[in-house]
Parts: sequence; structure tokens; C-alpha cells
Amino acid sequence: MTALAAPAPPETVESPEVLRRWRVGPLAIAGLVLAFYALGFVVHDYWFNAILIPFLIMALAGLGLNLLTGYAGQASLGTGAFMSVGAFATYNVLLRLPDLPLPVSLVIGGLFGALAGVIFGLPSLRIKGFYLTASTLAAQFFLPWLFNQYGWFSNYTTSGSISAPKLVFLGADLSTPLGRYLLTLTSVVILTWLAWNLVTSQVGRNWMAIRDMDTAAAVAGIPIAFNKLASFAISSFIIAIAGALWAFAYLGTVDARSFDLDRSFTVLFIIIIGGMGSIAGAFIGSAFVILVPILISNVSANLFAGAIDAGQSENLQKILFGALIVYFLIKEPNGLYALLLRARRRLALWPLKS
Amino acid sequence: MSFFLETLVGGLLAGVMYSLVAIGFVLIYKASGIFNFAQGSMVLFAALAFVTLREAGWDFVPALLVTLVVMVAGAIAIERFVLRALIGQSDLTLFMATLGLSFVIEGLAQLFMGASVHELNLGIDDIPIEVGPILVSQFDLLAAATAGALVISLSLFFNFTRIGISLRAIADDPLAAQSIGIRLPTLWRIVWGVAGLVALVAGLLWGARQGVQFSLTLVVLKALPVLIIGGFTSIGGAIVGGLLIGASESLAEIYLGDLLGGSVSTWFAYVVALAFLLIRPAGLFGDRAIERV
Repeated sequence: MTALAAPAPPETVESPEVLRRWRVGPLAIAGLVLAFYALGFVVHDYWFNAILIPFLIMALAGLGLNLLTGYAGQASLGTGAFMSVGAFATYNVLLRLPDLPLPVSLVIGGLFGALAGVIFGLPSLRIKGFYLTASTLAAQFFLPWLFNQYGWFSNYTTSGSISAPKLVFLGADLSTPLGRYLLTLTSVVILTWLAWNLVTSQVGRNWMAIRDMDTAAAVAGIPIAFNKLASFAISSFIIAIAGALWAFAYLGTVDARSFDLDRSFTVLFIIIIGGMGSIAGAFIGSAFVILVPILISNVSANLFAGAIDAGQSENLQKILFGALIVYFLIKEPNGLYALLLRARRRLALWPLKS
Repeated sequence: MSFFLETLVGGLLAGVMYSLVAIGFVLIYKASGIFNFAQGSMVLFAALAFVTLREAGWDFVPALLVTLVVMVAGAIAIERFVLRALIGQSDLTLFMATLGLSFVIEGLAQLFMGASVHELNLGIDDIPIEVGPILVSQFDLLAAATAGALVISLSLFFNFTRIGISLRAIADDPLAAQSIGIRLPTLWRIVWGVAGLVALVAGLLWGARQGVQFSLTLVVLKALPVLIIGGFTSIGGAIVGGLLIGASESLAEIYLGDLLGGSVSTWFAYVVALAFLLIRPAGLFGDRAIERV
């Protein structure tokens, strides 16, 4: 079994003069963030819950997994489990320590996620590649079972589900759709900024060195064990916060079953379709998995209105989604982000051919 | 004591079924290094197709043959349109491709054959018979015998025929095998076809036990720990791993289940697999050492 193949190296051979005009600068990113904030005040409430909030949260989860899988090269199928840790830990902190401000509760939930990540990441010190998924799968089956089995985690509700307490920060009520959107967006912006700094710093370079060839990285003096566990901790921290947001800012009421294996697969789809080892990839992939099903269901509802029933159209969606995944994997194994980079280069050189 | 034995035997018999599914994985893994997540949906597809034909009034044998032809045709299509285009991609990419495939197969199966639960009667009575001091289900025994016969014939086939030897060559070193004239695509088609056959048998046996329904696809999740214990590349390992998982799981459900509050079996297999990974990462019979750091 070979280790995870490295994602394609970023396209370095760029002619600076031509491409500088097309580079995404800090200004453009700041503009994008501002646009997202502004979006919150113009769109209809439907948009928050149907598209914007799930898009942002899944992008955050994708970002967390991308740090682990895309940058540090450790495969994981336990994303759903780590999300559930974040949701249940944050819930208990909010419940039992109500005096703490909301961001602190979220961070504590994230820290519990990091702890779970480290525990189930321990086998990564001995095994690599696909085998590692078995360890994270153990987390995926064990942790939601734990939260479902012992009532303490859900404060002994009969259904075993947990509901969002009132989300308040600095006296502002964040329980409205707009409030939940702003909470989500702010968390995503902060964590993305942190992740960006991380991967462009020495830590990120260490991780990529381990991903590309761990023996060489060890020879170069990079502490392998520490970095692997650190990647599990930081990735799970972000994923756990995404889980808490998923529970409280998006769904409102969840039980452990909302964090099943399918959730893990969805996040894995996000980073593979979006692009492994790129931060933008997580956002592009998340947009894909959130928007494409909505698109498919709208199109099929309009095209075949009345011709096929809901169950059949759901099957059609499933087939189409699966086929699209296979198609994208064949056409662009490095993800939509690589496609975007290529398009950018073509545009920059146009009308010349690259 | 006899209760313990009954639990153990029941678990072992369930374990034979796990082995059966795991063998489908081993074959594909040996030939192409893919962990084929679509195996579970192939099981569902085969069982659904067979049941649908039976309910349309077909006889047992024609229905079986037609289902088999459909499975093999599907395997060839998968090789042609998906695998061939993905040669040389990373393990994870290939795994994701089979995940996408499983969506397509499940969707197709339910689109054409419905999502309701079907009864599947194979004409075997489920009467408990006494073996010494314990009771054993007759159906389980027959299922285990069928699975056992299939396992033995497959091991013989892949150990002694020309195709089997080519398969081992491919598993050993794909490049060298191709350079001496072994045709990889042909072998892939054969292996996926055989995996389709295994899926059919597994689908019939599982389907007769718990009804033909969507949950058949979940069998795939039990196969991963089986493979880790047995080793990804060994048919014998898949059998032993399946038996171990089946037995330990049903024992844990009985003896640990009360202690921890039930449904231990959802994760127990993975904990066993995890222990194996830490102690013996290549599995009991795996022939390739996993790289360590």
C-alpha cells in the first residue's frame, strides 16, 4: 500500500508580469469576506438555512479535514465523530457553565474535539495510509454510540437529542437566522485565517514534508510523532467547532445520528472534489456538495413535474451525484481548485495558448 | 456452557457471511489495490435483481443466471468506464470513486426495483437442529456450507489456475506482471465479475436471513475490520478474520452488552481491528508489511 499520493504541486511556473494581474490578493479576499457579511443583510431568510449556513459549516469541516488529509497526509473517515464531539461537548459546556461567553464555550468544545482527535490519531504513529481509516472508523462508530448510549451527554432527554440553548453573545441574541449566519461566518473567517497562517508557517511546511515523504522529513529533523498528533489535534479542533455550529447554528436540534458515516463521507467528498491540500478547495468543494443536490432537485422538479414521484427523483439525484463524483475524479483528480488555477492561467495568457 | 457454545456457533456462522463479503474485497484489492466500497451496493443490487425476477414468476435457475449475467456485465462496464480512466491515481481517489459508484449502483437498484423490503425464500426451512448439547439453525448451517464451498472453490481457482497465478503476479508487482504479457484489464474484468458472483451469493444468503433491503449495503462496513484482522491480500485471512469477528462480536454483545448497555456490536469489530493494527499491522495472513515510521 502506497502512502497517499501527494496532490499536484501548485503551479509554480508562472510568468509574473502576466499573472500578477490575476493573483488573488489580500484585498480581494477582504472584499469577499465583506461581501459575505453584506450578503447577510440583503438575502431572504430562506437562503440562510438552505444554502449559506450549511455551505459555511461544511466548508469549515472540509477545511479541518483538509489540514489533516490534504496537508499532513493522514486519511480519516472519522469527521462525523469529531463533529459530534464538538456538538455534545459544547452543549454540555453551555448547559453546565452558563456564565461562560459563547465563543469560550465553542473553543472548549473544540478542545474536547482535539483531545478525541489525538486519542484516535495515536495509531497514526504506527500505521499509514488506508489502514489508518480503520482507526478513525472506530471513532466514527464508537463516539456517536457513546453519546447515544449514556444519557448524561444529552442531559437525559428522552430522545437523546440536544437542542440549542439560547445563543447570546455580548447581549446580542444570535438565535435569529441572521444572528446564526453572522456567528457561523465569523467563526469561519477566524478559523480560516488561523488555518491559512498555520499552513504557510513552519508547521504547515513540516506537515507537507511528512505527507510527501515521512522518512525524508524525519531525516531532516522534523519530529514526526509530534507533528502527526498536532495535525490530528488542530484538524479535530476545527471539525469539532464545525460540529457545534452544525448542531446549534444550523439544525437547532440534533442527536448523535446526524453525525453518522455519511457525514464523514460528505466532508471527504468536499476535499477531494474541491482540491486536497488547498484552503480554497474546501470552500469550492462545500459549494459543490451543498449546491449540486439543490440544483438537481430543482431541475428535476421543474423538468419532470408530476412525471416521477419524490422517491424516484431522490434515486435519480443519488445516481447523478455519484456519477458526477466519478466524473470529476476522472477528469480532474486534483479537484476543482486545480481546474480553477488552470483556467486562471489560460485567461491570463489569452489569446496565447499556454 | 451450552449457552456459551450456542452464542459462539451462532457468531461463527454469521462470521462465515462476513468472510464471504470480505473475499469479494480481497479479490479486487489484490488485482487493483482498491478498497471497493461499492461491494455492499453490489450485494444489494444482486439480491434485489434476483428477488424482482423471482417475484415476476421466474424459476430459480433462470433468475440466478440472468442476475449473474447482469452482475458480470456491470463489472465489465465498471472496469471499462471507471477503473481504466483512473489508472495510476492514489488509493484515496480510487476509494472515493468506488464510493461514487456505490451511490450510482444503489440509486439504480432502487430506481428500477423499488425500495421496499422483499421476502426472499430460498426453499430452506429454518428449523433448529440439535448438534450434541446445542441448537443450531439449519439455515445458518446450509448458508455456512454454501459460503464454505464457494470459498474453497475460489481459493483453489486462484491458487492453481493460470488466471489465479496471473492475479498473484499482479498483486506482487503490477509493472513486472504486465511486462511479461499479463493483461491487466482482462484480469480486472474477471476479478470484478467474480466479485459480482460473490456479491450475488452473499446477497442471497443475507437477504434470505434478514430480508432484501437497503441495510444489506451496510455489510460492507463489517468487512473492513475483517480484512484488517485477516490481512488485505489473503483469501484464507478473510475467512479466519470473518470467523473471528463474527464470534467475538456475538460474544461481546452477550457478555459485554449488559455491562455497557447494549448495541456493542456496532463498534466492537472496529475496536478488535484497532487492537490488531497496533499489534500486528499486516493482519494475520497479510503478506505485505505496512510501512511504518
